[in-house]
Amino acid sequence: MDAELILIQLFSGVALGAILVITALGLSIIFGMLGVVNFAHGALFMIGAYAGLWVASLTGSFWWGLLVAPIMIGVFGMAIEWLLVRPLYGRSVDDPLLLTFGLSYVLVEAVRIVFGNDGIPFPTPSQLTGVANLGVGYFPIYRLFVIVVVAVVLLLLWLALEKTKFGLIVRAGSRDPTIMRVLGVNISKVWLLVFGVGVGLAALGGVLAGPMRTVNPEMGSLVLIEAFVVTVIGGLGSLLGSVVAGLLVGVAISMTALFAPEMGTIVMFALMALVLLVRPRGLFGKAA
Amino acid sequence: MAMLEVQDLHAWYGASHILHGVSITVRQGEVVALVGRNGAGKTTTIRSVMGLMPRISGGIRFDGADLTALKAHDRYRLGLAYVPEERRIVPGLTVRENLQLGLVASAAKINEREAIDEIAESFPRLKERLDQEGATMSGGEQQMLAIARAMIGRPKMILLDEPSEGIMPVLVEEMGVLFRRLRDQGVTLLLVEQNVEWALRLADRAVIVDQGEVVHESSSAALLADKAIQERYCAV
Repeated sequence: MDAELILIQLFSGVALGAILVITALGLSIIFGMLGVVNFAHGALFMIGAYAGLWVASLTGSFWWGLLVAPIMIGVFGMAIEWLLVRPLYGRSVDDPLLLTFGLSYVLVEAVRIVFGNDGIPFPTPSQLTGVANLGVGYFPIYRLFVIVVVAVVLLLLWLALEKTKFGLIVRAGSRDPTIMRVLGVNISKVWLLVFGVGVGLAALGGVLAGPMRTVNPEMGSLVLIEAFVVTVIGGLGSLLGSVVAGLLVGVAISMTALFAPEMGTIVMFALMALVLLVRPRGLFGKAA
Repeated sequence: MAMLEVQDLHAWYGASHILHGVSITVRQGEVVALVGRNGAGKTTTIRSVMGLMPRISGGIRFDGADLTALKAHDRYRLGLAYVPEERRIVPGLTVRENLQLGLVASAAKINEREAIDEIAESFPRLKERLDQEGATMSGGEQQMLAIARAMIGRPKMILLDEPSEGIMPVLVEEMGVLFRRLRDQGVTLLLVEQNVEWALRLADRAVIVDQGEVVHESSSAALLADKAIQERYCAV
């Protein structure tokens, strides 16, 4: 097997991992701040892909879809928090889990009714088709683009969390919401926004993934499992953990597809089991 | 002028009825000590004032505004700050960031850098540790940080829950000096304390609660002299 093929597959894994990173980050942010295990995250990833496709076909431009769909679905996520999740705060953690689990079925069925069961191709924008020669081999431009977009979004998220007043509120509020309340912060509003951002990240993952596969109502269910595996490997609530673990899982899946295709679906679980054996809290998880 | 007026306050935790009609008035610029045995209802009283109790009845007015319908964060924005017994220094944040938390929602327009410099002057122990993680400091230093964080937004009144608890005597003395200075600046203080003598020496007036009711109210000098009442309601 020649080195170039391995390199291309490695690169493919990074692109796949980038989408996992952005999706798992949304899951991790919502869990870290609100303590809600969002089982609808995969469905919202899928809705994001449909929304991107819909906006792109309305405006005739992929770029509008990429920009508008995550915001649209993020606002939809805020409505979910406001109407459905909020009444469950202060109750058992199972309640929001069951709610979002049920919600994911409702969303998938709703999409089936509106868009049908069949997969819809999501055309790659013309500017991003083809391959680029990076000196060591030819790589699909769209996958390069996905990696760049995710890197930029990660940088923006990091800046927002570490360098802004709102980021300070989020970091402190995820540790101790009560102290934020007595320091004048309307923590419900912060939770609303954080839920919206988390869902928006899932939708962004969906739009980015669209051109790499067909868009269909079931596309979120595997992503949900992958995103959970990523957050467990990285350490629940750790953002850096989600990034490292997302790339790790992406590359592992991609390399397995090359060397042992029959192991394709099991590799991430094996990786998770291995990490949990050595570090039960995940790679970057903090002690409870 | 009354800064805080608590009228016939009842409070519940689930089914248990903790406060049975507490009424307390704190005038502007006054330091009031709220004393009494463990479990008498002192903490519940100030938690109710701050809006942290699940169920209360009665009236709470602060600086002319009715607080009863307001959430805790709105009460802070009116100029009412609270230092909880557990201090609640946020882990993972530096001393500076913990101080910034006191400013993120303050109603007063305050220059962050100036405010932190000012606090650093009042708290030399914090000045050296601004970039250290707050939660790694000693208990006394964390208490100082909690008080500094409550002061930095320039509130009109601060509710303090057992600030001297578990702290070395030299720091307790420092804290006393600080509270006197705050009073001189016109800040109103309601001080819940187990360290009765210390609290009475600081305060203008004293209120004793026992079993969820106010059982005594006088100048702190009078209570300091009345060992019988102290013995009856405050002895451990």
